[in-house]
Amino acid sequence: MATTVIGTREIRPIRFWESTNGQKAIMAVTGIVLLLFVFFHMLGNLQFFEGREQINFYGAALRRFPEALWAARVILLVSVVLHIWSSVKLAVRKNGARPTGYTARKNINSSYASRTMYWSGPILLAFIIYHLLHLTAGAIQPGGAFVEGDVYGNLVKGFSVWYVSLWYIISMILLGLHIRHGAWSLFQSLGMNHPRHTPLLKKLAMLFAVVVVLGYVAIPVSILAGVRP
Amino acid sequence: MRVTLKIWRQASRGGSGKFVSYPVDNVNPDMSMLECLDVLNEQLIERGEEPVAFEHDCREGICGSCGFMINGVAHGPLPATTVCQLTMRHFKDGETLTLEPWRARAFPLIKDLVVDRRSFDRIIASGGYISTSTGGACDGNDILVPKETADRAMDAAACIGCGACVAACPNASAALFTGAKITHLGVLPQGKPEQDRRAIAMVAQMNAEGFGGCTNIGECTGVCPKEIPLEVIAAMNRDYLRGSWRARDNVVTPIRPFTEWSTGSKLKNDPTGG
Amino acid sequence: MELNANIPSGPIEQKWDKARFEMKLVNPANKRRHTLIVVGSGLAGASAAATLGELGYHVKCFCFQDSPRRAHSIAAQGGINAAKNYQNDGDSVYRLFYDTVKGGDFRAREANVYRLAQISVHIIDQCVAQGVPFAREYGGTLTNRSFGGAQVSRTFYARGQTGQQLLLGAYQALERQVNAGTVEMFPRTEMLDLIVIDGKARGIVTRNLVTGEINTHLGDAVILGTGGYGNVFFLSTNAKGSNVTACWRAHKRGALFANPCFTQIHPTCIPVSGEYQSKLTLMSESLRNDGRIWVPLQKGDKRSPDQIPEAERDYYLERRYPSFGNLVPRDVASRNAKYVCDEGRGVGETGLGVYLDFGDAIRRLGRKTIEERYGNLFDMYQRITDEDPYKVPMRIYPAIHYTMGGLWVDYQLMSTIPGLFVIGEANFSDHGANRLGASALMQGLSDGYFIVPYTVGNYLATNKLGKIDADDPEIRNSVACVQQTIQKLLSINGKRTVDSFHRQLGKIVWDYCGMSRTAQGLETAIGQIRELRDEYWQNVKVVGSADDLNQSLEKAGRVADFFELAELMCIDARERNESCGGHFREEYQTEDGEAQRDDENYSYVAAWGYRGYGNYPELFKEPLDFEYVHPSQRSYK
Repeated sequence: MATTVIGTREIRPIRFWESTNGQKAIMAVTGIVLLLFVFFHMLGNLQFFEGREQINFYGAALRRFPEALWAARVILLVSVVLHIWSSVKLAVRKNGARPTGYTARKNINSSYASRTMYWSGPILLAFIIYHLLHLTAGAIQPGGAFVEGDVYGNLVKGFSVWYVSLWYIISMILLGLHIRHGAWSLFQSLGMNHPRHTPLLKKLAMLFAVVVVLGYVAIPVSILAGVRP
Repeated sequence: MRVTLKIWRQASRGGSGKFVSYPVDNVNPDMSMLECLDVLNEQLIERGEEPVAFEHDCREGICGSCGFMINGVAHGPLPATTVCQLTMRHFKDGETLTLEPWRARAFPLIKDLVVDRRSFDRIIASGGYISTSTGGACDGNDILVPKETADRAMDAAACIGCGACVAACPNASAALFTGAKITHLGVLPQGKPEQDRRAIAMVAQMNAEGFGGCTNIGECTGVCPKEIPLEVIAAMNRDYLRGSWRARDNVVTPIRPFTEWSTGSKLKNDPTGG
Repeated sequence: MELNANIPSGPIEQKWDKARFEMKLVNPANKRRHTLIVVGSGLAGASAAATLGELGYHVKCFCFQDSPRRAHSIAAQGGINAAKNYQNDGDSVYRLFYDTVKGGDFRAREANVYRLAQISVHIIDQCVAQGVPFAREYGGTLTNRSFGGAQVSRTFYARGQTGQQLLLGAYQALERQVNAGTVEMFPRTEMLDLIVIDGKARGIVTRNLVTGEINTHLGDAVILGTGGYGNVFFLSTNAKGSNVTACWRAHKRGALFANPCFTQIHPTCIPVSGEYQSKLTLMSESLRNDGRIWVPLQKGDKRSPDQIPEAERDYYLERRYPSFGNLVPRDVASRNAKYVCDEGRGVGETGLGVYLDFGDAIRRLGRKTIEERYGNLFDMYQRITDEDPYKVPMRIYPAIHYTMGGLWVDYQLMSTIPGLFVIGEANFSDHGANRLGASALMQGLSDGYFIVPYTVGNYLATNKLGKIDADDPEIRNSVACVQQTIQKLLSINGKRTVDSFHRQLGKIVWDYCGMSRTAQGLETAIGQIRELRDEYWQNVKVVGSADDLNQSLEKAGRVADFFELAELMCIDARERNESCGGHFREEYQTEDGEAQRDDENYSYVAAWGYRGYGNYPELFKEPLDFEYVHPSQRSYK
């Protein structure tokens, strides 16, 4: 049985991309981009509570610089693609790594969120596609006709339909779970872990996840409850 | 006390396996899990049946030979304890215990509860050392190592290579094992010169072995008999990222994993040509 | 046969230098043409294989475990000695040499021990360079502790896992050579015979423990680093797999076995709790630094320890040895524990145990300090016994721990078969009749890193080693022997398991050739061992086949060898009519019950030659001269 040397990758970026650690680093960096987006998107959304004018003004403002908007969209798109691609590669590897599963298996030291990243992710993807079709492109029009530029109206129409809101709320809770693990885990993937700082980081990730969920969910809940500014 | 052991029996790697239940009476609560298996095996031999194959050697929790899943937890319910030091008093009278081997592609099964962990050796061989040959060392006190650094190195170096981390990981990842060695050597001044190279080479071999990727779940550290912290995985990631960025040398040569036993490992450049 | 230890002439400080200078060297370009076989991958084997690989030889290294990292050196807790004198407390190479010869009760070879002390300082440097995380002071320098009653602090340690860290250092060096292509590693492969051609060791016969294949491996020299034979007692602190088979088969092929009766009993082990017990767990000797050992004054006192008032306790070590107290050497502490238990004052359910009490230490130093010093040991004790040693005194009892005897080697560490080198615990050379704490790791690494790589080279350079015909009758003979033994064991199909025989054998050896021995007892033991051995070959039951992983078959072969070794141990013990170190003959003791040596008649190494199954072995004597350290009575009063 001769020892054979395999997989010499001369091209450094490809070698990096093919390694599990490289894939996790890419997930972490793209994760940061997506977290920033999630946060600022939430701040934008919350202008809903300042009334129709403010949120519609905000929507229009975003479109005033199409170059910047598209630059942001491209960055986001690339991030999402890389994030998903990495996770798919890791998932494929995971499936190959244990051909025979356990009959009995108990988790003793991990969070629900961390173990569910592989399916909270795809559901979120489905949600994002739906969400873009609904509130960006206006291709799906539950609750009434989509009016270009009337962010406020579109929101109210859409979320007045109970199952649209429910789907949104469930997705946001999943997003919260995803963030609760991802927001500290990305530091780990980038090589940062410290016995004093990491526990704090985990708490901050939890806090961030709660804020994000509450921030997003506030809109459909208030619309359903009939509280409209 | 009395327990029922539901044990995975499989004659060889190629064959198929199944669970077989064995009631064991007269279990003394002071017995270790392995002594309980000894008692069962004595009975099996007397009945002319094949005893259960399980790995063990030092039976004091340090050699890393033993280990299997008990009711779905690697090394059983007691934290920081290998199965050789796990006494039966931690189970209930009349309980059924499911014993299953480590399951991972990189740990092919040999027989019953025994698996092949040579993948770990190959990861170490790829770079888990400081390249110093016998004879050239300077005085031990010429290299000052701050106490805190020595302690951190020791925390990571305590790994016994049992494989529980891989067994418990939902991804079957060897990140905790590999990270422990990278941390042990990487934090010490002696290990700094090879820090980049080591991380790149060991990660490449770890990936070539077919282990899963780490997704920072933490099951590994929960079952680790030596409680190696998750921090070591971050250290591995850091060394790998930094090394990938700045290393000038571009050669990474992982070797193909092998599972054959017939002639052991062979030389890369065999002088006899065979 | 004349036993020639080949000790270089000249003053003791210069012997090793002189020997190294006189050695012939192998041309660097020719090294890779030499195949060397290393059996065992513990401290000695792994360090030798790695170093020989670094030098450029083609090395084949074998271990029965699934990885070289599992060798039982890994379990050593306490530390490793080196005469660094970092603590400025008056240590020196000469003092370490002196202490080791004296501690060995004047039954070790001076020249070897001096070399060991000289090399000790290089071992530490080498291990630090490899990244062994030794304990450090805040300033970054190496820290030391005093160990096993030594008067100086010369022990280096890595928490309670020194053996593990040193072994991992050697293992990593070995894996580096595997990667470099100089060492071929054969895990799960057990050596079952030695191949001797034209009087020289030229190879081994192995069994692959997974496939059952019997293979031969040929080479120019064979190096055994296969550890000690403590498992002859069944219950010992050795790993379950530790065995004497490689050494014993080499002995049967002509290597002399020296001082087999020199075995060491360690005083601080967790007592046996029941019939099912499979091994004994050692707790570091350092516990004796703060713990006080006692038993009740009254026989059969069944009160719980906290109910026994101070006046009714017997702190017997402090009483008998006021100056050393609880820190007397291992053999003395062990023997005294046996005495008080024999008197019926032992504690615990079995009556085989004494208390190791930390009550005073906790009151004096506070629980926190004790926790810092011994926390992990206390946890381990509690895990095993379910008793809290912070509240209830620990119970301890002696257990077999190390064997000083082993294959006879000369100064070059070569046995009486040219080309067969023996290193580490497997040889007999450095510890005499008793080993000091923290010296085993030192010897294993000294032999492996710094001695055998030179002496093997000298052997290769000074001997003409012809090509071997793969069909040589000696090879075929060795393979046939191995196969016959395996077939025989599988075919007996009797009624008793291997373990039941081993347990019974262990009990005989423990009772009659354990902590104290008598000529009559040894005679009884020899008779019982022979009887049991005969029964073994007729009534043992080994199930399964020879063609796959069969752990009972592995055990069966090892136990067969333990039977023969056990007999030799008893013969050796009976032959040595004196008490020294770990060998205590009740007939030979001073008035106050201490060991009485007989330097007049027994200042020699007893090396035994094999003369066929069941025949009385032949005794060869290597006289011991003490030029530098003059024999004196050890006293710890």
